[in-house]
Amino acid sequence: MYVAVKGGEKAIENAHAWLAEERRGSTDVAELSLAQIREQLSLAVNRVMAEGSLFDPDLAALAIKQARGDLIEAIFLIRAYRTTLPRFGYSEPVETGEMACDRRISATFKDAPGGQVLGPTFDYTHRLLDFKLAADGGVPAAPEGAALEERTPHITGFLKGEDIIQDEAASDTTPGDLTREPMEFPANRPLRLQSLTRGDEGFVLGMAYSTQRGYARNHAFVGELRIGKVAVEMEIPELGFAIEIGEVDLTECETVNQFKGSKTEPPQFSRGYGLVFGQSERKSIAMALVDRALRWEELGEDNLGAPAQDEEFVLSHSDNIQATGFLEHIKLPHYVDFQSELELVRKLRREAEERITPKEAAE
Amino acid sequence: MTDQTEFATAARKEWMGLLARAPEDAVMELWDMVPDHPAFDWLRSPEIGGVMVRGRTGGTGAPFNLGEMTVTRCSVVLKDGTVGHGYVQGRSKPKAQAAALLDAMMQTSAAGRIRAKVIDPLKQQISATKTTRAAKAAATKVEFFTMVRGED
Repeated sequence: MYVAVKGGEKAIENAHAWLAEERRGSTDVAELSLAQIREQLSLAVNRVMAEGSLFDPDLAALAIKQARGDLIEAIFLIRAYRTTLPRFGYSEPVETGEMACDRRISATFKDAPGGQVLGPTFDYTHRLLDFKLAADGGVPAAPEGAALEERTPHITGFLKGEDIIQDEAASDTTPGDLTREPMEFPANRPLRLQSLTRGDEGFVLGMAYSTQRGYARNHAFVGELRIGKVAVEMEIPELGFAIEIGEVDLTECETVNQFKGSKTEPPQFSRGYGLVFGQSERKSIAMALVDRALRWEELGEDNLGAPAQDEEFVLSHSDNIQATGFLEHIKLPHYVDFQSELELVRKLRREAEERITPKEAAE
Repeated sequence: MTDQTEFATAARKEWMGLLARAPEDAVMELWDMVPDHPAFDWLRSPEIGGVMVRGRTGGTGAPFNLGEMTVTRCSVVLKDGTVGHGYVQGRSKPKAQAAALLDAMMQTSAAGRIRAKVIDPLKQQISATKTTRAAKAAATKVEFFTMVRGED
């Protein structure tokens, strides 16, 4: 238990002043601007937006600067900020089929209609340090092709006709919102997805990897991965119709997984789904794998006792702000707690000694 | 609802969406070049808030809450009683104010002028940015070939 302490104001003030100085680093080096962070560390910005659960690149850049690049600290700042915002409402579900794709690939369908578009990817780089970046240097403009005008449809849509893949039937059910009501178990799929999309990338990655290594293996292929911009629409009460209120960058991953079929259903592929703010490819694939693992019951699979199948385990430990809050609080003063434990151990030792000493004396 | 009203609604949705998505700098630059900023009263002064963005499971299924985005809104009324609403992405109060005034002006006789000076140029800018990205994406389109393994 944490018992409040007082005192130390001066030391705390001085510690924070030193923190500010250390954050700035050597004044011989130019200070980072928020625009530099937003433009040049954009994947860090994306992670902070995804796990902070607030799409605002400038705010995420500010949080990264304030947190000295500690992304979990930055996510904490964003989460704290978002609780101060009045909630204007809920958007219409975004239409990812209408995405303006920067990247769109499929590991399963070579001839996907609309084509395989690599986009600005680290894939196929050699992962060798590029020392040219250590020196200042201009970048040549990226080559341009003939821009496609038509929309890029979802690949799974093409399989639907054959009924060979599970359908995701549209509904207008209002989903639960874990920013409004605390999570309760069993959770449903919409709540699981909300929790996973803001979950810690490392944790979700580890859980997903465990399914690939055999802990509730579900044989996932990336049916489609797409990254790009999607318009966000919201119904405006004073207007009486929906308008676009902005656009967000999203990464969407649909996995195609094994499904044995049952007495009532023919063999059919099942699906996992990942949707994350920003260009967040690793997180989105991991989310889809974990989503699929958590669907075991609905798909009539066995509970193998694997961690990734345990909804309560996964969802209770995926949030890095909850986790870091509880973990780091143990470094704060626990003097009263510890004092009582200290006394208890001393007493136990005294009793033990008293038991031993008379025996030795008798020998 | 008459066709005329539907047409007007579609047009209004378009310019409001454009003003919501357009970068702040672009909107403010064009707005500052409009010579006659009208007098107005606030119906609702600018307010920064969040909107919970929703997705669908599997892209097409049941809705779920994805995360929030920042939005700034305000409402104005011109001296002739025309009401304008600004709902813009981000946290810029000046941009929300400009969007609300432009929304109001687009419903008055100034519409043609505002369309030519602000709405159309914004539309072109956004469209050009989008086309450039699409062109870069198109240059990274690949054809994968499955290699035939020698079985004999």
